[in-house]
Amino acid sequence: MNLHEYQAKALFREYGIPVPAGQAAASVPEAAQAARALGGDSWIVKAQVHAGGRGKAGGVKKVTGVTEVETAAKALLGTRLVTHQTTSQGQPINQVLIETPSGIARELYLACLIDRALERVVFIGSSAGGMDIEEIAAKSPEKILKAACDPIAGLQAYQCRELGFALGLVDKQIAALTRIMLSLFHMFNARDLSLVEINPLVVTGAGELIALDAKVQVDDSALYRQPALADLRDDTQDDPKERAAREHDLNYVALDGTIGCMVNGAGLAMATMDLIKLQGGQPANFLDVGGGATAERVAEAFKIILADPKVKAILVNIFGGIVRCDLIADGIIKAVQEVHVAVPVVVRLEGTNVEQGRERLKASGLKITSAMSLTEGAKQVVAAASGKAA
Amino acid sequence: MSVLVNKRTKVICQGFTGKQGTFHSEQAIAYGTRMVGGVTPGKGGQTHLGLPVFNTVRDAVAATGADASMIYVPAAFAADSIMEAAAAGIRVIACITEGIPVRDMRRVKNALRQYYPQVSLIGPNCPGIITPGECKIGIMPGFIHQPGKIGIVSRSGTLTYEAVYQTTHEGLGQSTCIGIGGDPIQGLNFVDCLTLFQSDPQTEGIVLVGEIGGQAEEDAAAFIRSHVSKPVVAYIAGVTAPKGKRMGHAGAVIAGGKGTAEEKYRALEVAGVHTVRSPAEIGRRMREVLGT
Repeated sequence: MNLHEYQAKALFREYGIPVPAGQAAASVPEAAQAARALGGDSWIVKAQVHAGGRGKAGGVKKVTGVTEVETAAKALLGTRLVTHQTTSQGQPINQVLIETPSGIARELYLACLIDRALERVVFIGSSAGGMDIEEIAAKSPEKILKAACDPIAGLQAYQCRELGFALGLVDKQIAALTRIMLSLFHMFNARDLSLVEINPLVVTGAGELIALDAKVQVDDSALYRQPALADLRDDTQDDPKERAAREHDLNYVALDGTIGCMVNGAGLAMATMDLIKLQGGQPANFLDVGGGATAERVAEAFKIILADPKVKAILVNIFGGIVRCDLIADGIIKAVQEVHVAVPVVVRLEGTNVEQGRERLKASGLKITSAMSLTEGAKQVVAAASGKAA
Repeated sequence: MSVLVNKRTKVICQGFTGKQGTFHSEQAIAYGTRMVGGVTPGKGGQTHLGLPVFNTVRDAVAATGADASMIYVPAAFAADSIMEAAAAGIRVIACITEGIPVRDMRRVKNALRQYYPQVSLIGPNCPGIITPGECKIGIMPGFIHQPGKIGIVSRSGTLTYEAVYQTTHEGLGQSTCIGIGGDPIQGLNFVDCLTLFQSDPQTEGIVLVGEIGGQAEEDAAAFIRSHVSKPVVAYIAGVTAPKGKRMGHAGAVIAGGKGTAEEKYRALEVAGVHTVRSPAEIGRRMREVLGT
């Protein structure tokens, strides 16, 4: 789960990690009030969306005077921000963060994440702050520094100093970086985070280190024991179909194609998408209905898939292992009737009682094509989506 | 031969009397797995499915000599269950549970490495392990398997079933099938399983089913190049997966542009692995490669 920048910075404050003075605002008057409360005569107005690349997309404005704060907040609030990380629809801006500007002498990059191969928390640092880390990795990999934390001893101060000197920090900046990294490490573990990215971590004209931006991801599996973080979830940033799927415990990811997919198992669901592509079609979604594949879950899954107007045909691919295919077929029939599925549906069943399952689909009199194999199912649904008879 | 588990393996179930534990223990017993009991704290002394229930894994091991365990306890308690099994001397631990916090798995993996290097942890978030006709520890449908010569290792449950189904259909059968799970931090990885299959005389060919995220497939490719002489057929799921989106499994995400299916295919192909672009081609390709 992602946090907004203003939420991440509040968390930083809790752990003593320096951030600019700032306040979030959900309306123009609130924005003006925030600016006045912060004082001074210039501010940064930052759109709060779950996506990077906000600066280049016009989501970050430097303003002078409260009138300009109001103008900027008005221009951003209630609109959608499209960045290189969002879809073409962009993300809704429901809050802006008003901040006091920081004098910037240098921009660094600092991140804390889990290295899956090492199975450890690692810190990534780079002197090329402000750029996408992927861009740095591609253009100048030598500028990426790494420190892995020992699983028992944890992050050591010497590792922070090593990183600091390698980043070209001097004097009290080394101690400042050490404090920031040790606090980050503590926060990362205590709050079950999966990623913290500070880009940029700036060195101010006065030589202070400040987290100018903050990106925080929380481990979804740990939300049950992080209630304060779980409360920060902002559903408006998710695709409405993904949100509906989550409410029904279905795994759904919206894609751009025309063929809806309903599959049991995440791996098989990805494989089904790949197979559709291989047959010349484009998948409209990833959807894992899970092991159960009951009539209720299948019906909910159909509703979610059909909420996407681009869907021209649906491929249901179920490997009935523990769950019998005849029961799954009943579920599909019931769901197709209930939800009034109007687009062609191709069903590929395999596993226990597959013959009975196929017969029931056939006997249902519904517009359901029963595929005899995985490849055939993909071919049939691609044909159906392009308007040819399935 | 087979790897890790066989007809002599004595299996217990942790979370034995729960709904999942009960159902899958019944299935395991029906398959012929040598189930010797189960653990549910507070229910020690009872009998469930005709087998003894113990309060602790230590009690279960002392009374039954169990050397393998399957874990069906909820995610919040699963890490503790793995540690309990390891401390009690269990050798093969299959953790089926999905949704264990990553921090817990980091702790568990580190402890296993430090103090219990002899333990083989399978999963979490996996279908388990099966040696066809001998021992089924997990949620896979037993009937699609057939004793044979293919070792299967996979990050995905239902895709494992596809590979099993196809290799059975082609008359090849399986030596042992291991679902290593879809989490970012897991027990046995591809390299561990490839090592086991390479040294198992019954295994003549290996199917590797990977997916986007992480670099386990790249590591497997490097290992295959230098250490695996048996033919390997590989399929990687997620060519069409968008970047930055988790595809169901906690570990299936292309992060920072890394972990794409194409990169993994390239690495495997350089290592001489027989890759297939369609999951429907796994069985046929293996038959062709083995020349049978």
